[in-house]
Order: sequence, then C-alpha cells, then structure tokens
Amino acid sequence: MNQANANVPEHPMEKLLRMERIPHIWCPTCGIGTVLSCFIAALEKFDYPLNKVAVVSGIGCTGRVAGYIKLDSFHSTHGRAIPFATGLKLANPELKVVVFSGDGDLAAIGGNHLIHAARRNMDLTVICVNNFIYAMTGGQTAPTTPLTANSSTAPYGNSEPPFNLPLLVGSCGAVYVARWTALHIRRLTKSIGEALNKKGFSFIEVIAPCATLYARRNRLGTGLDLMKFYHDNSEIKHGAPLEELDIGFQQKIIVGKFIDRERPTFLDNWNNWLSQKLGDKFVPYGVAPQQVPLRKAG
Amino acid sequence: MKADPKGVLTGVHYLDGDHACAEGALAAGCRFFAGYPITPSTEVAERFVARAPFVGGIFIQMEDELGSMAALCGASWGGKKAMTVTSGPGFSLMMENIGLAAMMETPCVVVNVQRGGPSTGLPTMVGQQDMMQARWGSHGDYEIIALSPASPQEAFDYTIKCFNLSEKYRVPVLFMMDECVGHMTEKVVIPKAEEIEIYPRRLTKKPPEKYWPYEFGEDLVPDMIVAGDGYRIHSTGLTHDERGYPVMSPVVQNKLVKRLCEKIKKNADDIIELEEDQTDDAEIIVMAYGITSRVALPAVFKARKKGIKVGYIKMITIWPFPEKRVRELAKKVKAFVMPEINLGQVVLEVERCAAGQAKTYHVPHAGGWVHDPEDIYHVIEEAAK
Repeated sequence: MNQANANVPEHPMEKLLRMERIPHIWCPTCGIGTVLSCFIAALEKFDYPLNKVAVVSGIGCTGRVAGYIKLDSFHSTHGRAIPFATGLKLANPELKVVVFSGDGDLAAIGGNHLIHAARRNMDLTVICVNNFIYAMTGGQTAPTTPLTANSSTAPYGNSEPPFNLPLLVGSCGAVYVARWTALHIRRLTKSIGEALNKKGFSFIEVIAPCATLYARRNRLGTGLDLMKFYHDNSEIKHGAPLEELDIGFQQKIIVGKFIDRERPTFLDNWNNWLSQKLGDKFVPYGVAPQQVPLRKAG
Repeated sequence: MKADPKGVLTGVHYLDGDHACAEGALAAGCRFFAGYPITPSTEVAERFVARAPFVGGIFIQMEDELGSMAALCGASWGGKKAMTVTSGPGFSLMMENIGLAAMMETPCVVVNVQRGGPSTGLPTMVGQQDMMQARWGSHGDYEIIALSPASPQEAFDYTIKCFNLSEKYRVPVLFMMDECVGHMTEKVVIPKAEEIEIYPRRLTKKPPEKYWPYEFGEDLVPDMIVAGDGYRIHSTGLTHDERGYPVMSPVVQNKLVKRLCEKIKKNADDIIELEEDQTDDAEIIVMAYGITSRVALPAVFKARKKGIKVGYIKMITIWPFPEKRVRELAKKVKAFVMPEINLGQVVLEVERCAAGQAKTYHVPHAGGWVHDPEDIYHVIEEAAK
C-alpha cells in the first residue's frame, strides 16, 4: 500500500486476494467478481485450514480467478482444470481442491473430464460461472448459449440447443448440484459452503452477467439490467427435477439445490475395494490405515 | 538420496521393456500414474496398477490422454512423482499439456512406446517416428529432455534417470521407447534400493514470505513447493514473472522463455549420455538409438572386418542433442551414418551439427520392422568410398 492510500481501510477480503494483482481484468458489471466474493465469504466460514485449500482454473474470463485468489492456485490449460485438479487431489488427498472455471471451459472443451469426474465421484468442488458465451475471445457461441441468442459466431441467432448442466452432471453421479445467479449472494455463499463441506463431486452453476458481450450483442441493456432480469425471472425451486432446468433465451431461470446425496468417492472405492481384495498387504492410499472402513464394496 | 526400498523389486528378472519401465518408475519413487490404454505401451500401465496397491501408489485410468497429461501436472504440484505412458496418437494429444508442464516447470515423466505412424498407423509394430515431435511437438519455444532405451535393462535403468533429470531440471522428461524394446523380454537386474541414486524434489528452504515460485539461482532452475504447505503460490501457463504472476510483455517473455531453454542447454553436459565405441580413430561414425542401435551392430562389426574404420555411438540422450560431441567428431571423421525407423528425423540434427565438415548418410525405414543390418552395412560401405 503506498503512502497516498495509507488511510484507505483494508479491503474486507484482502486476506484472500492477491492485492498486488488488483485491479483485475474483468469488465464493469461482470458477474465473476461477485461469484469470487461469495467464494471468499464461504471460505471465511469454512472450518478447514486455508493453506490446504487449492484452486484450479482453466482458460477464459473465469479462468482468471486462480490468479487473484490468495491460495495455492493453478491456471491450467483450456478445458483441463478438472483433470489437473484430479491429479492434485489424488497426489495430496488432504487438500480441498476447488475448480473455478467457465461454462465453455468446463462443458465444451473440458466436457469429457466433467462427466467422468462426476462419474468417479472425484472429491472436487466445481464452481462453473455460466455467462452464456465465450467472453474472453469476444462473444462466440458456447454450449450454454440459449437457443436463438445472438453471438459473434451466431450472428443470426444460435440454432443449437444448449446443455442443461445440472442434468448433465447430476445424471453422471455428482453428489451435490445447485444453480444460482450472481444476484443470489447469500444463497450462493451458503451453497458454496455446503459444497465445500461435501465429500465427493459437488457442482454449482452460477448464471452471471456478461454485459460487454452477451448483453450488448443481444440488446439486453447493462449488467444491472441483467441482474434485474435475474431478480424478476429466477425462481427458487429446491429439488426441482433436473429435466426441468433448461434455460431458454430470456426465459425463467430455475435456481436452487437440486441434488444432495452420498456416494463413496474415487479414493473411498480404491481403498475399500483393494483392502477387501488384498487384505493386509494393501497399503491404503491417502488415509491412515485405521481410517479405512472395512465395509463390503459393490 | 537412495531409493525407497518399498518400490524396488531387487533381484534378477525376466521382463519385457514395458514391465521393466514400470519397475524403474516404482524404484525411482513414482507413486502416481494417470494414463489411457494404447498399444504398445499399455503393459507399463498394467504393471504399475498391479504393483501400486502394495507400495502406497495410486493409479487412475483417465478418460483420454489430454486428461492424463493434465493430471500429471496436478499430481506433481501435489508432491508426487508422476508418470504416464502412451504411443503416437496419445502422444499427439498430450502435447498441449507437455507444454504446460514445461511452462510451469513441473517435473514428470512421459513414456512413449513408439509405433509406426502417421495417424493410427501400425499399432502393434515398431517405429521411431515421434522423435522430432518429442523435440518440437508442443507449441512455442522450450527445451525438453528425451532419452531412449535399447533393452529392457535400459528401460529400467533409464526410467530412473528420467525421473532424476526431471526433478533436477524441473522439466517433463520424455522416455522414447519403441515397440521392439517395449515388447522384447530379456534379463533385467534390479539392484538393491541402497544402490539406486535418487534425485529428490528440490523443495525450497525459504519461508513463504520470502519465497517466489519462479526465482532462480545459478543453474537457472527455481526451487519448488508442494501445494498445501502454506506457500499459497500461483502458477500459470501464461507468460509470468518470478512471482508466478502473468505479465503480458515482451521483456518478461524474453526473460522467461530464454531461461526455460537455457536451463537445459547450459546443463547439456550433465544431461547427455552417449555410449561410444572405437570413435577415436574412426573415419565413419554410425550413430543410432533405441532398437536400431542394436540392429546396427552387425553392420558395424562386418564393416570393421572388411577394414573400414567404423566408430559407433549409441545415443541414450536424444534431446538435448549431443551437439558438442558431433561437432568435435565432424572435424575428424569422413561421414556419419544414422539408421532410424523413420524417413529422416534425428539425422537432421547430425547434419546440422556436422555443418558440411563431414558427410551425413541416413538409412531410412518407414516402420513396421527393424532394418536389415545389410542395408546399414551398404551405406557404411558407400560412405567409406
């Protein structure tokens, strides 16, 4: 902090931000910063040593989160945040590993990893900021762009149906699935806290405004107008059937917690099954031997 | 330090190259394996996963090679020695994240049991056609280390060396096997753990407040941390400064990328390993690597019987290329002869370093089988004229 700013009070989240890297690169009224604030607020309440929390991002606007959060943080390649995080978690199972990335990164180029990490129930928390568009590269169609919405690669409107992300990850086996918008600050923060405390693959989709590209191209006004739209058009419906969570262009957005269940994780299965099959010769991985529950696998 | 005895299967074994490679990794302390099955490399994965539960290791069969390579990067930052294996098509898919490992300076070992290409090519048959891909396959400028074994014993020994070099220089090391070496079965002697030298991870001794993840010393290699140790570092594939923070500037780019290359070039003498025979008074030098280094031997012996002064170099290290040695020899010898199971790859480097001072002859082979030693002999004979 320089002399001129000596009297400016600390940013309330300074402890968890790399202040030397601020200002960030996000546009005014972008929703990513809000989601990051909610994440930090959730971390402050998270009963876990923060030195043991790591963040992995892919590429894109949301991918830049890793560069601002003051935790062990890795900015990997496009689409590979989840496998990078998988390696990190398995190498050091005491870490709580959070993947923070965008819809294009996670659901298009990284889609294969998303479904398989959910299937394996890899112990990761994934925060997916969905702004309906590839923003970093200038507003191209994403696998989440609503049907008929305009993008730079769909100048006459998008003719492809988008993914319903909660349905996708839910049907692959995620143990915690929620969706909020960047407007739902308190609920999103609480939800991130729940996901952090959940063992297994937890997934939170956050619908967030991109004023510069998505809103401008679609003549939807400013970021504030998008927030107002979320206010007027999102409906909280916990436990809603996943099939009903499609998002149409400027249509109602169903938010809430849709899945919260228990399944053994990848490492639980490795340790349980192999200790059953191999007995005393097996060296359990990532847990002290007495912690391995000797239940029947399968 | 010495190897952890838990992973060392001391004794005399009868193993194929793939299995020997897996044993080498376990002996070197590798406890993390992420991979995707592909012929003719799969046996390395099979051996590793069969042994991992008894040595405290973990194995994950990923959904593809893109994920495998990304998982390796993550695992290495999580503090484990990590490896994957593949063959040509999978090697292509790994390239982007091999670049990430080079950029983040992430120690890891990638084994490529080469088969004939391009594309799906000859899945079960030998090739040495990925040698230039190993050097240049990922985009941008970087230097890499690549070794090539010629027998199951070497597959064991040099897998350990791959891990050691990877830790020492914080660079992905590529182990360029070939289908013949991978699938041939021979005697493999695995020494006692206390006879195996291991280069440990170069972890920083600085406290978090004084540590920058990409600050480097004299050997140009920064010291590392393990995620979770309280350093709260940032690492990125973007061009970054010594703090690890992205900086989009030609000045920082110049400093970073030059160092990534220099740390290998400057230490080339330490990295490079060659086996030479009768090169002192040679007129012709036969240079080869992998299975071809063995196939070339009958041709070398025959030529010597015929009175041709032939020196022989078996390359263990392919990248960095043994430039200094080839330049020295080029001043003295008439010609280099290089057989490879490709249509001309590493020979381009020989030619470049010979720089017109000695002739360079290539003995090509499109793959699927090894050379007939007679074909190599004829080229030696022609070079000697």
